[in-house]
Amino acid sequence: MVALTEEERRMLDGEKGPAVTKAMELLVRYADALGAEDFVYTNNIAGVPGSSPQWVKDYYREDGGDYRAVFSRFDLDSDEVVDVPRMNAFSCHLQGGMDPDLWRDQGMSEDAFANFRSDEEQVAAHGIQVLKTCTPYLAGNVPVMGEHCAWMESSAVVFCNSVIGGRTNCEGRESTSAAMLANRIPNWGFHRDDFRKGQHSVQVEVPVHDIFEWGMLGYFVGGAVEDAIPVIEGSVGSPSLIRHKHFGAAAASSGGVEMYHMVGITPEAPDAETAFGGARRGERFVYDAAARRQVYEKLNSMGKDTAVDYVMLGCPHYSAEQIAYAASLLEGRKVHEDCELWIFTSRAVKATAQASGHTEILCRAGAKLMTDTCSAISRAVPEGTRVAAFDSAKQTHYLPAMVGIQGWYGTTAECIDAACTGRWEGRLS
Amino acid sequence: MATITETKPDLVLRGRKVVGGVAEGEALVTRDTISGWGGVDPMSGTIIESHHELRGQSFAGKVLIFPGAKGSSGWSATFHTTKLTDSAPLALVFNVMTTKAALGAVVLRVPSMNEFDRDPTECIETGDWVRVDADAGTLSVWKKRA
Repeated sequence: MVALTEEERRMLDGEKGPAVTKAMELLVRYADALGAEDFVYTNNIAGVPGSSPQWVKDYYREDGGDYRAVFSRFDLDSDEVVDVPRMNAFSCHLQGGMDPDLWRDQGMSEDAFANFRSDEEQVAAHGIQVLKTCTPYLAGNVPVMGEHCAWMESSAVVFCNSVIGGRTNCEGRESTSAAMLANRIPNWGFHRDDFRKGQHSVQVEVPVHDIFEWGMLGYFVGGAVEDAIPVIEGSVGSPSLIRHKHFGAAAASSGGVEMYHMVGITPEAPDAETAFGGARRGERFVYDAAARRQVYEKLNSMGKDTAVDYVMLGCPHYSAEQIAYAASLLEGRKVHEDCELWIFTSRAVKATAQASGHTEILCRAGAKLMTDTCSAISRAVPEGTRVAAFDSAKQTHYLPAMVGIQGWYGTTAECIDAACTGRWEGRLS
Repeated sequence: MATITETKPDLVLRGRKVVGGVAEGEALVTRDTISGWGGVDPMSGTIIESHHELRGQSFAGKVLIFPGAKGSSGWSATFHTTKLTDSAPLALVFNVMTTKAALGAVVLRVPSMNEFDRDPTECIETGDWVRVDADAGTLSVWKKRA
């Protein structure tokens, strides 16, 4: 049994109301399943609290069929419906649903939009930040080194652990919703020092300097180490937020990597010995020219026809820097009449793009800047899409398989060219 | 099948309780890890991940025996949803502990075990009859008769 502090015992016994009791009950069951000895305090939670499609609300019809019913019965896994107060922890809503303005373009119905709006009003009324993004760290929630967090979203989890040195497991919907009320999460896994040490070695022998190369290296690393912690050394250079973002998302989707070390780059890897917590251990993988070509071919194995009718950028959600770059590539050009270009980001970054004049350039070129979701999350692609192109290894991994289309992986510039010409001409230089 | 468990099991594995309870039924076994969101259709409990050895098969009403969970943080919510669509597994039996598998087992509220003295994905086959007694820490197996 997980050990409880005096305060946790009182929460379980009802001192902070029935919703907190139910949250603690679920967290105790979860901690015991994991074999955790105790809880950590957390005040940084990112999840998808209470949002649900209409059919889930209908399923809980006898419990009221509303946000309260879904939060109680599904999120807290409670047998009874409880009143859900404002959240106690700093709580953020990650991506989901649809674009609040361009939902019709995404193929959503009036009813689905009404349900989406209603959920969002409830989220805000419960004191949850409406970030609506897979990149909370670009939209107002940046943890600090050593901070205990409870985050969902594999690409955000790997960023938090590896790049920032924050501490989170890959949490789920129910654990994050409960933590929003209880400010607790099991002290297991990445919350603990010994768990964060490197398990395998990856030697990089070809230059990896831009987002396209970092994405491919990430895809290679995930395939090599699966869900273990890699320590990457060698010719990886020019680190930046967006390169880490694409590397981590790729490694998390090809393998399930939740933390990585890059020697001399990430904060818990000043040298190999610190990263491994001692001598090098595990297997040694080499990323050389042959491995790089193999990854490129694997990512492009779902591409056949060069006539591209959809270009999707913004997985994980684009940063202001990436939108500015896309706008610079599109300036004075037009998206081809047989092609659509959708760029996904958070509402916060979209506001910046708007103020900076980028949105206008994108619109003039015929591109659409969308928020909240992405093609994979909402299974939303332009009607009739057959062949898509991406600058994200993660989206290339998921979307073609999920919706049954062809897919190409390339640089951002190759993707923008494809959008303007309707032709894929990407190649590995 | 109702009387098979009155006979002596062919095999008894010892393991750790993840979620308590007792359940018995037909085993569905894979040596591939399982993705939740994007890997399982929660409306039917069918594995949909490309290249997965169980692709096209549903775990509804079966004891699911697998190495571990992988992929999106939507793992628990996807498995939780199978409970709403009457396509949940009867029990979970796995090797590697992760937050995904632990939380999924908790919200499914089905008997679940891990950390066995023998690898269950090696010595149990699809179609074998198994009894998961998570409280006693035993997994009893009656091999499928040819």
